Amino acid sequence: MKRRQFIRVGGYGAAGAAVAGGLTTDWYGRYGNPTADPGTDGDRVVPSFCELCFWKCGILAHVKDGRVTKIKGNPKDPLSNGHLCPRGAGGTGLLYDPDRLKKPMIRRDVRGSQVFEDVSWDDALGVVAENFERIKAEHGAAALALFSHGYGGSWMKHLVKAHGSPNIAAPSYAQCRGPREVGFDLTFGAGVGSPENTDIRNARCLVLIGSHLGENMHNTQVQDFADAIRNEADIITVDPRYSVAASKSRWWLPIKPGTDTALLLAWMNVIIGEELYDRDYIERYAYGFEQLAEHVKAFTPEWAYPRTGIEPDVIRRTARAMGAARPATLVHPGRHVTWYGDDTQRSRAIALLNALLGSWGRKGGFFVPSQIQLPPYEYPGYLKPDAQAADRPAPSDYPLGDQVLAQGVCDAAITGVRGDSAIKAWMVYGSNLPTTLPDPENTYKAIQELDFLVTVDVLPAEIVGWSDVVLPEATYLERCDELYNPWWREPYVAVRQEVVPPMYDSKPGWWMARELGKRIGLPEFFPWKDSIEYAKTRLEAAGLDCEVMKEQGVIRGKPGPLYFEEGAVPEFYTDSGKIELYSPKLAALGFDPMPTYDHSKLEEPPEGYYRLLFGRAPVHTFGRTTNNRLLSEVYRENEVWVNRDVARRWGLEDGERVYLQNQDGKRSSFSAPVKVTGRIRPDAVYVVHGYGRRAPKLRFVHGKGIDDNELITRYKVDPIMGGTGMNVNFVTFLRAADVVEDEPAVDEPVVVAEEVVA
Amino acid sequence: MSAVSYGMVVDTRTCVACAACVIACKTENDVAEGFSRDWIFTATSGSFPNLAMEIRSERCNHCEDAPCVSVCPTGASHYGPGGTVQVTESKCTGCKACIAACPYDARFIDPRTGAIDKCTFCVHRVENGTPTTACQEVCPTKSIYFGDLNDPESEVSRVLRVREAYALLPDAGTRPKHFFLK
Repeated sequence: MKRRQFIRVGGYGAAGAAVAGGLTTDWYGRYGNPTADPGTDGDRVVPSFCELCFWKCGILAHVKDGRVTKIKGNPKDPLSNGHLCPRGAGGTGLLYDPDRLKKPMIRRDVRGSQVFEDVSWDDALGVVAENFERIKAEHGAAALALFSHGYGGSWMKHLVKAHGSPNIAAPSYAQCRGPREVGFDLTFGAGVGSPENTDIRNARCLVLIGSHLGENMHNTQVQDFADAIRNEADIITVDPRYSVAASKSRWWLPIKPGTDTALLLAWMNVIIGEELYDRDYIERYAYGFEQLAEHVKAFTPEWAYPRTGIEPDVIRRTARAMGAARPATLVHPGRHVTWYGDDTQRSRAIALLNALLGSWGRKGGFFVPSQIQLPPYEYPGYLKPDAQAADRPAPSDYPLGDQVLAQGVCDAAITGVRGDSAIKAWMVYGSNLPTTLPDPENTYKAIQELDFLVTVDVLPAEIVGWSDVVLPEATYLERCDELYNPWWREPYVAVRQEVVPPMYDSKPGWWMARELGKRIGLPEFFPWKDSIEYAKTRLEAAGLDCEVMKEQGVIRGKPGPLYFEEGAVPEFYTDSGKIELYSPKLAALGFDPMPTYDHSKLEEPPEGYYRLLFGRAPVHTFGRTTNNRLLSEVYRENEVWVNRDVARRWGLEDGERVYLQNQDGKRSSFSAPVKVTGRIRPDAVYVVHGYGRRAPKLRFVHGKGIDDNELITRYKVDPIMGGTGMNVNFVTFLRAADVVEDEPAVDEPVVVAEEVVA
Repeated sequence: MSAVSYGMVVDTRTCVACAACVIACKTENDVAEGFSRDWIFTATSGSFPNLAMEIRSERCNHCEDAPCVSVCPTGASHYGPGGTVQVTESKCTGCKACIAACPYDARFIDPRTGAIDKCTFCVHRVENGTPTTACQEVCPTKSIYFGDLNDPESEVSRVLRVREAYALLPDAGTRPKHFFLK
């Protein structure tokens, strides 16, 4: 056949098929070529739950020839409902990350120089145990602090509690959700917890204040958010940035950053003034309505307008939308809420607004969660710690901070901060403190003063490079963990199971904790053979079938009544037993009993500077996943969002690389491309958190993008609970072409360190 | 027309651009590193603060009159089950004529085989007892519908009846079977 004919026949498509058939070839045959099955179905499917973020969705992991091929949602799991977010689907990218920590290591040079020697587990654990015991003998048990994030941390918490230290901190409190929990607890006598008891799916009006659902992929919340969209809920999004959620909303209120409380007060002014609130609910359940009504009188929409930039008419109309849909109006409490240092009061304002709308305990507002009774494992009691937590200057500081403040524990390692430095050793589990606690220079300073630092991690994050001993943990797909027993819409228990055996020389956290426990004289706290025996003991005590748990990954209980109208009991664990609109507790402590707003305290960006805001990309859980090559195919480097008019003034082109430099002259270690967009206010810039990584052994993500955290050299501490408000820094642009690389691109010692350990 | 005509519908109103569909497709179909068979398209219009944004999860449109099939010199590109467009790897010479012909840029060369790769509508699943595609199954916002366009009772037919929908580049004349709900 000549080439011309060849092409001509091909050009006829279906007609060609008939010709081809006549030529006894199946070239053009329909259905003649079955599409190959890619063969990724597992020969085993293991139910477990995810750890790519902290939502803990039920998964089904497919294993073929010993390799995890794909991860699906477990349809029996009430959080995933058979669906996953991209991170959960991309868990194999963590399991098979070539940069994983493979062997226990001991440092053989100055801290931060990243010179390590591979050692045996016996040697590594021996050094850890020796240091724990030595420091306990010299300084007391409380001189050891644990930082922990992630579900495997439960074993380390148990170990450190048994050791006798009260200094157990999680950055998820004072750097994230803490103010929200305190604000809601002050109002309703309960926090919203995690997973939050928000009834998004049934809301008829949903108000999001800085919550970027859709970019923040807490699976169930996003599933419910889509339901709310399908149900044509009135969605109101308050955000300086046109988030994905804003694009799904009927109302987008591009608020001036830092003024949210003013808007909340004005909304309350309208809702009370126009009698849009739930009078019956307030009369029955609330305390202090008269005071609140009087308090918000001055905060008119006209008062709020010049502060927030939101027009009075918009404030009124959105308030009416909330009133019209009540009690199915959910003013979402948010999750990462440590913004401006007044965050407990802002969260209180959100709680008060919900109270006025009668949404707590109501369908479309906040449901009443329940939990399966799962007795704890019977251990000997923990001894009372020999000292108070060293996380605050005086025990009376931040009086309502009911968890240990991570930044305070960090500071306590620095001489002079707590008189004599109180903390001598850190154990760090899954928390990359240099990208988590504000002001990394301060964190490095604390690290340099430590006698001993041990990290337990999966990847060689920044903190690992500064450690004396590194213990490589097996990933969530290679280990069993503590049972998961959340308060949720329906009670259930889920199990994390070993899908494949640990790769390399990694070990599960329970094993490390037990081995360390034995070595430091605490064998009675680790009587179980392994985590399976531990889980079995707990499940059997609760009368739950271990075989069913193993096969299904989850056992669901009977849901209780979800709403007051369905028989849920309206109980408020406040001092008055009522919803406290006016808080006598705050008043007694010298704080405003009702939230207020002082515009004179709002700092404006200096000329040529922009407020630095940060958030999430849907495929990433901040720095924990940015080295995941599979997920990074979708998003591999952050961008600096710059308003189009601002970019024009600076002459910045879309995609042009810039460094950011903050008000204190701190410049980002690396550059990132500019995203010129109409989707952000002119007074702010935005980056996705988790980039600009300085750890050189994270070979994939090292050097990509900008780390917002190193530009957070200032933060404002919430006087009520000690949260670190971090949205108080301003940055300016430095064109990458103009910047001479004069600084080391990797973490290096900031102080010449002491002698080598071990 | 075949008795069954598979089609896909994506709800742009609920899609949040999370790209779970992309990751799930990659692991389900063992797609080559650096490539994907589906992708997210985001279009923003207007200027601050009057903006609109549309988000679409996109892939091969499995056109009824597919230029990639008609242009293929070896018959590797062909119509498969349910009127889907498929590629037979063993017959593909990697000539890329179909890449040039496809108005949707849905095709690429798999560097491992040198052959064309693209979305299959997961026929290995849907023709073998699993009714969903991988992207549809994972989707946390349930924005992806898949099924038989010729069956008036199917979910795709139902949503296309009750919601306003559009296809991409209808003027290309390829009769795509992938629709988007406004």
